[in-house]
Amino acid sequence: MEKIDFDYPAAKRRITKKAHVGVVGSGDMEVLMEPAQSKGAHVSITTSVDGFQDSWKAVFDRFFSKFDGAVRIQINDAGATPGSVLLRLEQAVEVINQ
Amino acid sequence: MNQTSFIPEFVTRKSFIELDGRKRAQSLFDDGTWRELVGPFDRMESPWLPLQGIAPQFDDGCIVIKGKIGGMPAVAIALEGAFQGGSIGEVSGAKMTAALDLATKDSEVGKRTAAILLLETGGVRLQEANLGLAAVAEVIASVLALRPHAPVITLIAGTVGCFGGMSLAAGVSSYVVMTREARLGLNGPEVIEQESGIDEFDSSDRALIWAIHGGEQRVGMGLADALVEDDAEKIKATIRGYVKADLRPEYRSQLVELYGDRIAALDTSEQIDPINLRQKWNSKTTGGLR
Repeated sequence: MEKIDFDYPAAKRRITKKAHVGVVGSGDMEVLMEPAQSKGAHVSITTSVDGFQDSWKAVFDRFFSKFDGAVRIQINDAGATPGSVLLRLEQAVEVINQ
Repeated sequence: MNQTSFIPEFVTRKSFIELDGRKRAQSLFDDGTWRELVGPFDRMESPWLPLQGIAPQFDDGCIVIKGKIGGMPAVAIALEGAFQGGSIGEVSGAKMTAALDLATKDSEVGKRTAAILLLETGGVRLQEANLGLAAVAEVIASVLALRPHAPVITLIAGTVGCFGGMSLAAGVSSYVVMTREARLGLNGPEVIEQESGIDEFDSSDRALIWAIHGGEQRVGMGLADALVEDDAEKIKATIRGYVKADLRPEYRSQLVELYGDRIAALDTSEQIDPINLRQKWNSKTTGGLR
């Protein structure tokens, strides 16, 4: 198991809603997305698969290239592929934009 | 030509099995009456899984929803089968027990609150060993405390099924509802094969497993009360019926003599087959057998 953290200080748009999507099932993950308590966005990941920090970084770099909300993202992961991770994140964004 | 008349019913029905634990529990309640207790944002995770290198879940795989079903107070407790096989640990067990005890408290002061257990579980979470076993004992004690006041309804939809310690909770509940896809048993097929050999039970033989553990056989033997289709609306209607139902004068778990005599009367000199057992014990249903 590994814990990974990222900061995206450029994401400053104020968010008011929160979202929870997904299940920590094999090849899947859950994500909590809430308004950030500090400036910018913060991501913390708990994953049962070690050694994929670079892949996580690439996924979030891409995500925050389009999304600018000041959110706190917490993830519990059981081996979701980068594609599934992006889909879950977009699902959460859909909920907070509703 | 009217095309719609050729669309069979199963095309438009909403599957219950395809829903996750949270959606399943929510789908049972009257619209706009429910809320979740100790949800994922409360972050009541298992403290034991990360110590063993396993990612936890924010709700520990146990979802508690309180609301109204058919206008009557009810609480649904769902185990999420996709997370660690729906296993029961310290936190999920405590949530389940606390929810049942609150229902008992309300029921005792005249506000009858039914409980629905949505069990998709392999039983005790091995990583939490004794704490999981203790949780099973507490859940059973809490079900026994609630059932004289309000119905405790176990719903096993599948496809994980309900095995191990939690099958005991199903066994002491007031009513058990199953689909054909669901399974109910104390030991799972792989455990039986491992302990007694492949001649005793071949865990790769799906037809055999469902002929013994499957919903159709369990209802046919009288060990479960209702067989429902995998249809969210039909399941909701069935649960609504049991929430309003009268309390049982006598529970299956009290019929020790009846079941003791039935087992003593079995002729084990030849292979007992599932259909004969059904006919001997209970019913006329014949489906679901090979």
